[in-house]
Amino acid sequence: MNSFPILTLMLLVPLAAAVACLYLDARAARVTALVATLVDLALGIVLWASFDIGGAQWQFTERFELFAGFSWALGIDGIALMLIMLSVFLMPVCIGASWSSVKSRAGEYMAAFLLMETLMIGVFAAQDLFLFYIFFEAGLIPMYLIIGIWGGDNRIYASYKFFLYTLLGSVLMLIAMLWMVNEAGTTDIPTLMAYDFSPEAQTWLWLAFFASFAVKMPMWPVHTWLPDAHVQAPTAGSVILAGVLLKMGGYGFIRFSLPMFPEASAQFAWLVFVLSMVAVVYTSLVALVQHDMKKLNAYSSVAHMAIVTVGLFAFNVQGLEGSMIMMLSHGLVSGALFLCVGVIYDRLHTREISRYGGLSINMPQYAIFFLLFTMASIGLPGTSGFIGEFLSLAGIYQVSSLVALVSGLGIILGAAYMLYLYRRVAYGEQRNADAAAMPDLSWREFALLAPVAAAVLWMGIYPESFLAPMRQDIAALEARIARSAPEGDAQVTPGNPEMAASAEGEAAGHGGAH
Amino acid sequence: MDFKDSLGLVAPELLLSVAGLILLLVAAWVGDKASKAISIAAVAVLVGASFLVGPALANGAVGPDTVAFMGQFRADAFAAFAKILIYLSAGACLMIAPSFFDRYGAMRAEYPILVLFAALGMGIMVSASDLLTLYIGLELNSLAAYVLASFLRTDARSAEAGLKYFVLGALASGILLFGMSLTYGFTGTTSFEGIRVALAGDMSTGALFGVVFVLAGLAFKISAVPFHMWTPDVYEGAPTPVTTFFSTAPKVAALALTMRVALDAFGPQADAWQQIVIFAALASIVVGALGAIGQANIKRLLAYSSINNVGFMLIGLAAATPEGASAMLVYLAIYVAMSLGGFVAVLMLKGEDGEPVEAIADISGLSATRPGLAAALAIIMFSLAGIPPLFGFWGKFVVFQAAVQADMIALAAIGIAASVIGAYYYLKVVKIMYFDEPAGVVTGKSDWAHQAILVITTVFVSPLGFLLTPWLGAHADAAATALFLAV
Repeated sequence: MNSFPILTLMLLVPLAAAVACLYLDARAARVTALVATLVDLALGIVLWASFDIGGAQWQFTERFELFAGFSWALGIDGIALMLIMLSVFLMPVCIGASWSSVKSRAGEYMAAFLLMETLMIGVFAAQDLFLFYIFFEAGLIPMYLIIGIWGGDNRIYASYKFFLYTLLGSVLMLIAMLWMVNEAGTTDIPTLMAYDFSPEAQTWLWLAFFASFAVKMPMWPVHTWLPDAHVQAPTAGSVILAGVLLKMGGYGFIRFSLPMFPEASAQFAWLVFVLSMVAVVYTSLVALVQHDMKKLNAYSSVAHMAIVTVGLFAFNVQGLEGSMIMMLSHGLVSGALFLCVGVIYDRLHTREISRYGGLSINMPQYAIFFLLFTMASIGLPGTSGFIGEFLSLAGIYQVSSLVALVSGLGIILGAAYMLYLYRRVAYGEQRNADAAAMPDLSWREFALLAPVAAAVLWMGIYPESFLAPMRQDIAALEARIARSAPEGDAQVTPGNPEMAASAEGEAAGHGGAH
Repeated sequence: MDFKDSLGLVAPELLLSVAGLILLLVAAWVGDKASKAISIAAVAVLVGASFLVGPALANGAVGPDTVAFMGQFRADAFAAFAKILIYLSAGACLMIAPSFFDRYGAMRAEYPILVLFAALGMGIMVSASDLLTLYIGLELNSLAAYVLASFLRTDARSAEAGLKYFVLGALASGILLFGMSLTYGFTGTTSFEGIRVALAGDMSTGALFGVVFVLAGLAFKISAVPFHMWTPDVYEGAPTPVTTFFSTAPKVAALALTMRVALDAFGPQADAWQQIVIFAALASIVVGALGAIGQANIKRLLAYSSINNVGFMLIGLAAATPEGASAMLVYLAIYVAMSLGGFVAVLMLKGEDGEPVEAIADISGLSATRPGLAAALAIIMFSLAGIPPLFGFWGKFVVFQAAVQADMIALAAIGIAASVIGAYYYLKVVKIMYFDEPAGVVTGKSDWAHQAILVITTVFVSPLGFLLTPWLGAHADAAATALFLAV
């Protein structure tokens, strides 16, 4: 395998830059942060380019016995690769988004973001259970500071809620991890993914992990921290929160809950489905009545993540692939939507939807980008959202028509609240003079939105680029969980020509009779 | 084993007592103007004593060769681990004292000497393998501690702290002695080894009472709930360098002593005391966390935090396994660093004229005015809360690991869930320092000793501390093995 420790390097670059930023003045810190995140993006592209599709499951593996009880073990498969790409792609955008809007303590702000980047990459690259936990939990500290120092008016409440909610979710997972390591005798994640725990133990372990990932995801009814955190966080904080942090929950399900506890996952699939169905309908309806743009986006995130969980627990390839694409797509689209909110917030300093209107007249470029991301969020064919939603629903339809139906309803509601939002912000009369006088995108804002838009379209038109690295890993996961896959109600009969023929014959007979 | 070998084993104690007596004479003749020189000499003596006990830890000393004075005293790796922590933290508490007491003109030559004698007593405590040695060490330490608590004679709060500590400490000693006499009465011996043999098998009710009273007396010394009430008052009232001392060295000594008594002397009856320890652990975690929430004084807050942390350490004891003992020692080492750093940071909070600032509201916005100090305090707070990647997490990690390995999953789950309550008030301190507007109260300068100790402890509890885990874990394992092999 590749002997060059590229993953460690990707962790160290932002970390070193974070330390440097603490000692630099505002301007130098911004430049340092941008350079570091771009270097990491370049390293990420190298990583993707040299990832051997169809090769070994775990690539770029590194292992050093630095610590007692656990090791510095890194390595990625296709799933982790895609999520790392998402992180390194969004980070320069975040730095750019806070280029001029963050005025106080810019050095510390950039340091917090760079630290976040290190920890996010660490979460996806960790191959040791405890190393994963450390990265997973450590993200709380910089995010707490980002919300608390640079957030909105009610930032203190939001930062506490964010921290304590997610901490409470995670600590039980630590006890479960300790038990697993004690039982299996290893902290190595790939080994644990193939270890068969007894079904009784799986039940408890699954619940402990679920407590953590459900909060992180977030699933209804433990989603309430998200709207608060999103509304109060600065724009870039919201982007990273929606773009990457929420994906840690989904990654947790796909990396831990499903392969490590397949029986328990099947046993609790109904729970996931019920919570997700409630979330899809309920949070979509809540989103429909929001007056605050960020809150609307936050609720739409909850609804979209519910479709991810539905797809994950469909126990088939379409569902899993759909969930992964959905996560990547949501990372880009919701991140971009928060950027769009940030652009007009920077001009008018309000998130009230009613304070805007008719922006397509004075901000045509902005309106086009906003329209694209709105459509991607709805899942219009040609955008990334369509691929994710279609595959997820195709996967879940094989398991339960009802869940597919309700989730589909969520997509219709999604179209309703997003189009309603767009109509109120970009169309109609220019009721407010100050909003009508806002200038169009600056070149900096254009440069932030354009790459995301390109990625959204790329993923929508040729998703194969993103699916190819993951295909083998998802197939392996599907093979692992197949033994406990719940029976579907769809009774599809692929590869049964006789039945298909008789169905065709019937159809032909009907046709002849008419 | 002859007398000469025994004397060799107590070399650190001999050094401390002889040096303490010499320095006492120097203080008597030269007076308070020599207090700085005596402090420096005392620090040198403590460091020297650490080097004397070092080999016992490095070699993992264990077995009959470590027993001195016919079973009265045991200089094994376990005692060595605790002694190094005690001596080094006592030395640090001497280094931070002068600049604090100078302000009150109270830097007296007795201070370093009292600390030396307290350290001597604590060394005897952790090496005790007989109830009488235990009591001598405990009282030697306590008497010095009562005087230290009221060292600022002109300050009413300090005098009150000393008196409170004395009255309640005397009560605890009484309870402990009562338990010892019951234990002696029902086992016929005061040596730990004899007690262990006598307690094997069915235990009589009288002996059970003995165990309960001994543990109650020790619970007072480690300030575990429900014997914790003195802690916030004494910590608040005592001069801050003395509070620093109380929260580090005596804590190590009392916890190590409790481990030795519970796992060695009462080892065969683990089932009997485990439930007591489990209750004390969970109650300390919850009461320590809830009590801290409403505090307005940072010293009181740290006092409750120490109660909270003792609860986590007792989870390691509740496991009653070598892994649990090793985990407790690792936690102790990390806790000492966090506690030392926390109190030194409090010492550095000074107003315009160098007057100490203790109100939490006054450190509001500290990150804007004193970014380095605020960052260090924030790191220590997150570390005390046990949030990874800070090193405080590792302490919690190992004790919970030990509990899970001992199949006490419910205890571990409840304990860790309660740790989230504790996170709230640590976050509050960070919030006040980072999110609130600057109050501009903390403006005073701090001296180099404070800064050096703060930097060292902060680096230790930062993620860099994880690089020490193999080394720390190996020594803690050796120490725990010594404790259990003695059985």
